Amino acid sequence: MVAATQQETQVPTARRWRGNAAVGALAATLLITGVLALSGAPFLLPALVGAIVIAVAALARPRAQRQMAAEMTLSQENVRAGIQAIVSGFADPVVVLDAQGNVTMFNAQAKAALPQLGIGRPLSFAVRSPEVVSAVERVLREGAVAETEFHEKVPVERSFEVRATPVRFDAAPAGATSSAIEIVMLFRDVTAARRLERMRVDFVANASHELRTPLASLYGFIETIEGPAKNDPAAQARFLAIMREQARRMSRLIDDLLSLSRIELKEHVHPTEDVRLDSVLSEVVDTLTPLALECRTKIVLEGANRVLVTGDRDELIRVFENLIENAVKYGQSGGRVDVALVDGERAASVTVRDYGPGIAPEHLPRLTERFYRVDVAESRQKGGTGLGLALVKHILNRHKARLLVRSELGAGASFEVVFPKPQGGESPGA
Amino acid sequence: MADHIVRAFDVDLEALSRGVAELGGLAESMTARAIEALVRQSPAMANEVIALDTKLDALQQELEEKAVLTIARRQPMAVDLRAVIAAIRVTHDLERIGDLAKNICKRVLAITGLVQAPKLVKGVEHLSQLVLTQLKDVLDAYVERNSEKALAVWEHDENIDALYTSLFRELLTYMMEDPRNIGVCAHLLFCAKNIERMGYHATNVAENVYYLVTGGKLLAERVKADMTSLEKPMSAK
Repeated sequence: MVAATQQETQVPTARRWRGNAAVGALAATLLITGVLALSGAPFLLPALVGAIVIAVAALARPRAQRQMAAEMTLSQENVRAGIQAIVSGFADPVVVLDAQGNVTMFNAQAKAALPQLGIGRPLSFAVRSPEVVSAVERVLREGAVAETEFHEKVPVERSFEVRATPVRFDAAPAGATSSAIEIVMLFRDVTAARRLERMRVDFVANASHELRTPLASLYGFIETIEGPAKNDPAAQARFLAIMREQARRMSRLIDDLLSLSRIELKEHVHPTEDVRLDSVLSEVVDTLTPLALECRTKIVLEGANRVLVTGDRDELIRVFENLIENAVKYGQSGGRVDVALVDGERAASVTVRDYGPGIAPEHLPRLTERFYRVDVAESRQKGGTGLGLALVKHILNRHKARLLVRSELGAGASFEVVFPKPQGGESPGA
Repeated sequence: MADHIVRAFDVDLEALSRGVAELGGLAESMTARAIEALVRQSPAMANEVIALDTKLDALQQELEEKAVLTIARRQPMAVDLRAVIAAIRVTHDLERIGDLAKNICKRVLAITGLVQAPKLVKGVEHLSQLVLTQLKDVLDAYVERNSEKALAVWEHDENIDALYTSLFRELLTYMMEDPRNIGVCAHLLFCAKNIERMGYHATNVAENVYYLVTGGKLLAERVKADMTSLEKPMSAK
């Protein structure tokens, strides 16, 4: 229906334009011949005749042909609108390219995955991966489907399977020259699958390495209890206490490794719920108050009421539990831990500050590495697994938040978590 | 960017930008794979990256040629001239990044099978992640013509220097702990240095993006956090 009404309005416009062109051509040629005549040129008559012939020819182009041309452009527009609708309907990212490799259409999913996408801009501005670039070249050269896969390592690891299909969005009737080749690119996010494959390998590597020490000591104590300490209940009791502590450490380590793997698995999916930061913080402080008492430390919570951020409540609790627990444990000589919540225009931030011995500058950039410990002995003694801050980093990555660590030896340390707020005017790729 | 009367000029300029983006993609991918080859100790992967370097060099030369031809044919002015000049400079830095990735891969071939503990390469991997982020951000800044983003990359180089300093010390410690580590750690030190140099080239690209967009220069001296060249060697206790 829409097509029919558009056609009715469109055709007269086309005819009018054609008429105007003919009048214009006639006027222009008459003008030229007039000028030539004034300059005394000898070919006045043939020129005049020529001009009239051109003008008449322009006016008298067969009407049927004109109408067909108008119909063709129209239906092609309709086809494009239809294709755009189909492209938007896909749940996976879809991008359509012209024969030059410039983007002509894409859907919202594609824009979310590749923020640099823009109509009329080369695809390689958005996906620089050589695999994708050469797949597009291959399709244009050979006219056959090309499949490839590309990986991104930063800011979060992502993998996509890409299928590039050559198409002709051809609305011309049979026999007419067909339209130029275009490429439909289908992207499929395979990050989770690839992660799962690798997770098993990494888990075994990490776990076997870190579990070896406590396991060796357990083994040693068992041998001692079976042998030399067989008839010494006092020594047995002492050893069993140490063994329990080691076993507990091993199970904590496995717990942390598992949660780290779980977080990594969904790191590329950003959370969508709204979470009240203030209530998260007061909950965490309540849970940790007994520990603080034990360490003779006071946790002071201050700051704005009701601050909303986009996030996952359980994960955020985990983040602040880790940060505040660290501050209490490692900064206990300061006797005080400050937790400050600040709500700003561009970002909300939480700062956890302790007044303990501080951290030497060479350790600062590395704190979030897995199993990196400033002081191995102290960390083990306090029950640390070396995974706490790695976990924090991965959760914050998922939240697009940043962790800033400031410290000086002897002056305590502060860990600031910054949640940037989405800015209204910000439009990447513009 | 406003269109030019000669449409072919726009086509030339766009082809140049596209070429730079693609070259950047190649450099990014080579770097990421070089690090993966190092972490996974995979000579096969290392050899793949080494082979890619020829492609990178060829692409860089082609782009440079294209840039020179654009100047000769179109005599660009103002922002157009800056776009061409920046393209030439940026391709040089990207080509260097590819060379450094190749060098890392050669070292991977030398130390495969000798790395005793995964902790040895952990720090290098972390450093590479910072540099890859810098590289991605600066190439995004280039295609977006975003001087603010370029400035941010330029300023963040400090983090890489700080991490490099820390890594330098750590590797020295491993060498002192066990002399059998010395061979591997010496190679890893060079790998770390190569990655740190990539960061330096990323800041060069940032300077050129800033120049392209604003015509100005990022002149003020950057904060220097790499102190290893001034540091006294640790003495073994």
